[in-house]
Amino acid sequence: MNLEETYRSLGLSDAEYARVRELLGRTPNFLELSLFSVMWSEHCGYKNSRPLLGRFPSEGGRVLQGPGENAGVVEVGEGWALAFKVESHNHPSAVEPYQGAATGVGGIIRDILAMGARPVAVLDSLRFGDPADGRVRYLFREVVRGIGGYGNPVGVPTVGGEVEFAPAYTGNPLVNAMCVGLLRVEDLMRSRAVGVGNRVILLGARTGRDGIHGATFASDELSGESEARRPNVQVGDPFAGKVLIEACLELRRRDLLVALQDLGAAGITSSASEMAAKGGVGIEIETDRVPLREGGMEPWEVMISESQERMLAVVEPERVEEVLKVAARYGLGAAVVGRVADHGELRVLCGGEVAGSVPAEYLADAPAYEREVVEPEYLKEAQRLDVEEIPVPGDFNAVLLRMLSHPNLCSRRSVWEQYDYQVRTNTVVGPGADAAVMRIKGTKLGYAVVTDGRGKWCYLDPEGGGAATVAEAYRNLSCVGAEPVALTNCLNFGSPEKPAVYYQLARSIEGMSRACEALGTPVVSGNVSLYNETSGGAVYPTPVVGMVGVLEDVSCHATPGFGREGDVVAVVGASGRASLAGSEYLEIVHGRVAGRPPEPDLALEKECADRVRRLIAEGLVDTAHDISSGGLAVALAEMAIAGGVGVEVEVGSGRRPDVELFGEAGGQILIAVPGERWDEVREALAGVPWQIIGRTGGGGLKIGGFVDLKLEELRGAYGRDLFAEETG
Amino acid sequence: MKIGVVIFPGANCDADALYAVERIGAEPVELWHAEPDLKGVDAVILPGGFSYGDYLRPGAIARFSKVMRPLEEFARGGGPTLGVCNGFQVLTEARLLPGALLQNMSLRFVCRTVPVRVEHPDTPWSGACVPGEILHLPVAHNEGNYFAAEETIAQLEDEGRVIFRYLENPNGSRNDIAGICNAERNVVGMMPHPERVSDPLLGSEEGLKVLRSVLEFAGAKVH
Repeated sequence: MNLEETYRSLGLSDAEYARVRELLGRTPNFLELSLFSVMWSEHCGYKNSRPLLGRFPSEGGRVLQGPGENAGVVEVGEGWALAFKVESHNHPSAVEPYQGAATGVGGIIRDILAMGARPVAVLDSLRFGDPADGRVRYLFREVVRGIGGYGNPVGVPTVGGEVEFAPAYTGNPLVNAMCVGLLRVEDLMRSRAVGVGNRVILLGARTGRDGIHGATFASDELSGESEARRPNVQVGDPFAGKVLIEACLELRRRDLLVALQDLGAAGITSSASEMAAKGGVGIEIETDRVPLREGGMEPWEVMISESQERMLAVVEPERVEEVLKVAARYGLGAAVVGRVADHGELRVLCGGEVAGSVPAEYLADAPAYEREVVEPEYLKEAQRLDVEEIPVPGDFNAVLLRMLSHPNLCSRRSVWEQYDYQVRTNTVVGPGADAAVMRIKGTKLGYAVVTDGRGKWCYLDPEGGGAATVAEAYRNLSCVGAEPVALTNCLNFGSPEKPAVYYQLARSIEGMSRACEALGTPVVSGNVSLYNETSGGAVYPTPVVGMVGVLEDVSCHATPGFGREGDVVAVVGASGRASLAGSEYLEIVHGRVAGRPPEPDLALEKECADRVRRLIAEGLVDTAHDISSGGLAVALAEMAIAGGVGVEVEVGSGRRPDVELFGEAGGQILIAVPGERWDEVREALAGVPWQIIGRTGGGGLKIGGFVDLKLEELRGAYGRDLFAEETG
Repeated sequence: MKIGVVIFPGANCDADALYAVERIGAEPVELWHAEPDLKGVDAVILPGGFSYGDYLRPGAIARFSKVMRPLEEFARGGGPTLGVCNGFQVLTEARLLPGALLQNMSLRFVCRTVPVRVEHPDTPWSGACVPGEILHLPVAHNEGNYFAAEETIAQLEDEGRVIFRYLENPNGSRNDIAGICNAERNVVGMMPHPERVSDPLLGSEEGLKVLRSVLEFAGAKVH
């Protein structure tokens, strides 16, 4: 292979190679080329998204650590803080779903650990193609198994997430994992390497050839050849991950570390060069000191291996022995593999010889590509929707049952029962509610966490959909009684080299940013996953938001299920905005993905959600649920099923009944309140739109003259097992 | 009263067991797997988790831990011993309890709260319950499907050694068995997690009844 073929096969463009040469002032050797190829991949270098990401607001009163670290950190109160981040593992999961998903969970857990936090909650946001497709069902089944297969043993509860199906994700599923960690404010760790002469210790599993060039793979489109890249996918070992967590937390507790960083994409290369670049120092790695899993590994392989369950720590020389002793007690591998130097380079040594040496800042400074934002042609066509062309159904009972049993709207119980959502005994409200609610032992404090994505809406209107995604997360946290604080996001898009995709990316970020500003929720961490494409085209533009909120008194929270007969049922939020555009009803019943979904009214959204949240915090409301996918009828059915109490409501705005029942707009929350508390609630709602629609009670769901179904019928449709088709 | 909680590498319900022991007003004592010392505890809990990763077979490696030697002596000598989930699996591997825990009939991990009937309150780990009492306890396991030879099952039933029984079987276990005891009745293994239902904030504290039983048992012995 000549030089040109070599750098191209490593994923570097001609221009990028020229830049490497220019920076170094010489021809790089193969090891050095490998370092650049992984660090300048889209996955590590954010080449196409960096200029756009600056748009996100990242500051707020509770923010202790914004973007740029392993995870964002916000303050909760009483000296407690939360670290959190979401990350994608889409490409690995597309070719090796079990290990792809498992290592996605393991990787994000270590990001949180690197901040000095104990990982306390995982959420998984999943998207797959049409479940009628056999391979899609295989991917779905194995991804869910992989998440449980790692998350369950490692002892971090999986408390929430999402599952959605759409043909756009057929060859390229989205597997995003979010982790939340709890820490004392004073224990916050960072990854900045400092102190020339300090030692670099590699903790955890031995290094093998797994995951070599995983970062480059993740930055490419999926194709028929992707199957051949299964060896690029790392293999997870949750036992080693669990031991690593406990040992690192003890090292942190005993204050034995200067800096800590997990090894993810691009392995030692990425961790060491980032730690060095942040500290303005150099790091030397002696590859022959790295404990190996197999013989004959070349230095470049050691440097970019993505073997899992490893962390890199910077330690003062006099504390090295103590660190090794702690590791030994846990049966954890630990080896001094290098040291902090003053030359500013990532220098790789083997057998005492320099095998390669590159200034760390060059590696951390991938070229950035900014492109023109041009509205794509598909958009106008996709947004066209003449509601008059959509026939009004005759039998709304049948329509509702059909919707409730659809894979996108039915219960997710068959998924989340495969996850341990209770371990560590802090889960106050588990999966299945608007958001998960967790407690902090020894305090009254709690926090809530949720992930949301609205790919279809972002496809139909990238900016409005981006804003709606953030608004939905804000609303979901408010519905359980938490004050939304900050968010992390994972931007799942197609190839940015395609103008339509770049437009989607740019406008979604704009919409999300506007919503973040209006709602007061900064972005403190995030991840970008581009090139989510197969021969069938790009996935829906799918920014996924993971938002965290705080409860001052966790015992005052709300759940969606109706708990009593005779409660007043009211809708808080503007009425008359619901639309069939982009609705689940339009797709499920009429087979169309079309229209321009209503843009959120952010100011009103915030006002309504904040009022409901305060009512919950004051203990006046304990039943709340947002109206989202499937509209009012589906939301009411979910509340009745969850609580085992029926409901009777009237609708009568004079609009088309299908719009009333199944139209979607966002911005609305259903609450159920005992009659004797209603007056107080009504007073507290002065100034925001609300409307009483009915009362709880009876053995089913009655909506005007349109729907009359028994609870058993609702349960029968909604409670389906998403995996059952396989055995049937 | 001192209650020890064994910490195997890969255990993940150890902190929850220690927390629950505190909740019943007993003194929790951590028992490290590599130390052959029970530190003078009055009862022992083997908590749930995935000891040593459970890659071979749940509990198969843990039974060889150093802590197991004194623990086996303690259990054979009548010391109150409770294995929960992985702890139950370890007790069967160590032959302190008969039978084995197979993979769930569904072939899936299952985390779910299920009604469990207390069949016999005459053990240190069920004495605070009344016969037939129904507790709502969560299960969270991939291998909870209790299996033994037919004669063994018949013997367990005849001798009143099925202590906990599922009313809604989540894993396909024989005779809906959720928990059993040894012939001497001091060693109990159960798949449901009583330590998880240990606070009204988490929905209920019904599980504490199982743990409080050992306090009553110890109290009765003293008086």
